[in-house]
Parts: sequence; C-alpha cells; structure tokens
Amino acid sequence: MSPPALDTATVALPRATPADFVPAVGDYFALLKPRVMSLVVFTGFVGLYLAPGHIHPLLAAVAVLCIAVGAGAAGAINMWYERDIDALMERTRRRPLPAGRMAPGDALGFGAVLAVSSVIIMGLAVNAAAAALLALAIGFYVFVYTIGLKRRTPQNIVIGGAAGAFPPMIGWAAVTGDISVAALALFALIFFWTPPHFWALSLYRAGDYARAGVPMLPVVAGKTETKKQMLLYTLVLWPVAVAPALLHATGWLYGAAALILSALFTLCALAVWRDNGDRAARRMFGFSLLYLFLLFALMAIDRAPGLLAAPGFGA
Amino acid sequence: MSELALMDERQRRIRSRNRALLLVLLGVVALFYLIALVRLGVWS
Repeated sequence: MSPPALDTATVALPRATPADFVPAVGDYFALLKPRVMSLVVFTGFVGLYLAPGHIHPLLAAVAVLCIAVGAGAAGAINMWYERDIDALMERTRRRPLPAGRMAPGDALGFGAVLAVSSVIIMGLAVNAAAAALLALAIGFYVFVYTIGLKRRTPQNIVIGGAAGAFPPMIGWAAVTGDISVAALALFALIFFWTPPHFWALSLYRAGDYARAGVPMLPVVAGKTETKKQMLLYTLVLWPVAVAPALLHATGWLYGAAALILSALFTLCALAVWRDNGDRAARRMFGFSLLYLFLLFALMAIDRAPGLLAAPGFGA
Repeated sequence: MSELALMDERQRRIRSRNRALLLVLLGVVALFYLIALVRLGVWS
C-alpha cells in the first residue's frame, strides 16, 4: 500500500530555520582556506624534497596530505573564532559563517576532527617528529596567533607568522625525523617574509581592519611606520633568502636568483614608501606571493637530479 | 525562494554531503590499507 499523495499546494510545510539549513560541500571546502593551503602544500613539499635521505613516495604523499589537511583544519578553527570580525570586513564577510550558511559548531567540529586526524595519521604513517611539528603548527596558529595575538597587538603577524613557516620544516622532518639548520633556514625565510606580505595587504585594507577593531600596524602606528617596517623586513630577507645556498641545501643558481628576487622585493617596498595611494601596496602584495613561490620553486629545480649539470651549479 | 524549493535544496545538500562523506571514508580506508602495505614492506 502506497502512502497517500501529499498535496503540496495545501499542506503547510515547516519553515526552514537556520538550524535546519545544511551547508553545501563547497562551504566546508571554503573553511579550509584553499588559497592559503596551496602555498602551504607547496612549501611543505619543497621542504620534503630538499631533505637528505629517502622516503617512500606514498608516505611522502601522505605527509603532504597531512600538512594540507592540518593547515586547512587550523583555517577552519580560525574562521570559527573570528566569525564576529569576519562579518565586519568586506574581504571576509562572504565566508560561510558570517554569511550564515553554516552553524558555528559545525565549523569548529569540522576543524577539530581534521586537526586531530591529520596529526594522528602523520604520526602513524610518517614519524613522530613530523606529527609533533604539525601539532605545534596547528596549536600555534589557533592558540597563539588567532586567540592570543590577533586582536591584542600590532605584532600579531610578526609572531603569528611562525605558524605559516612550519610546513617546510614538517616536510623536512618527515624525511629525516629531525630538524636541521637548513630546515630552520626555510622556516626563517617564510617567517621574515610574512610581515611585509601581510602589511602590504593591510595597507590597502586598513579601513576593514579598523572597522573590525583588529590592531594591524597601519591602523595602530600609521601607514608611514608600516612602510618603514616593510622596507626593513625586505632588507632582512636578503641574507635569509640566500641562507639555504650558504648551508648547501641548494646550489648557487638558487643563491643568485634569491639575491635578484630579494632586490626586486626591496624595490617594491621602496615603491610603496614613495606611493601615497594603494597601487604600489597592491603590487607588492602580488609580488610577495610570486617571490615566495619562485624561491621555493628554484630550490626544488636547483636540487633536481640531472637538471643542472654545469660545473659550479648544484649542491 | 519558496518553502518547497528550500526543502528541496536542503535534501539536495544532505545527499551531496553524504556522498562526500562516503568518498572521504572510502579514501581513508584505502589510505590506511596502502600505508599498511608500505609499512609492512610489501611495497618497498
């Protein structure tokens, strides 16, 4: 016996409330901050590739996957915690939580499950050192940067930048099981790159940050001081960017390219210093992404077997 | 959007989320199987 046909024209259906609304799969994906994740995956992979020693290709893929999932999990928990200020900023107000497409608890649960899973799988499949570093990176991003620093100090991105600098070190530890000076050099490169990268963004998004009450450097100390700090950081990056070559983690092709790219980055900072508008800051933000991508790509190319056989090149 | 359309959209999203969850679970099972093979030295 079939159930009676439902006359949808006359039967009142229950009104869908926000609690009834099911987030789309794409909303869960957006919580992982896929654009940030792509850079994290790339730098983590290069760290793994540069490390001396051998790792089974499948375990290498698992290590990179765990880095990606761990970074995404940290991003999801960050979005859960910052949903109030995200709603106030133009750049972030369309994210799943401030847009009301997802319940906050769903985002927190999703992030927490992914964070724990990524660390456990890294520990079981790869090694304890890589798992510990991954746990430290996630914990640092959530507790130190997101909860501890972001709303309290203009140095938020300076100290918090360490969280984003972990991936190449995790990749390195996945192969060797420990941390060497060369791995620390890769960490330092991202650590000192992060402040000028984010301050370039915050220069042309200062209004957004001020509205949300986030004490980014341009909001607290003004644009002139921010531009000065950006310039100083690009100068610090010169020796830091060359360090992997000095430590023989890469060859001198990378070393020479690192000097040229760092000089261009400093020129961008000088252009920002002279520019009273937003144009140079936007250009510097774009170049900063290219700068980091090219440096890590060149490290990998420089170490690719048989690619650079000329005398004087290669480690 | 009418209430009926909202309910349809809700059902569609639940179905797609369940499918995604199934794929993730199958992926995790396959991943653990492959990791076990590597760890046991079958694929050295």
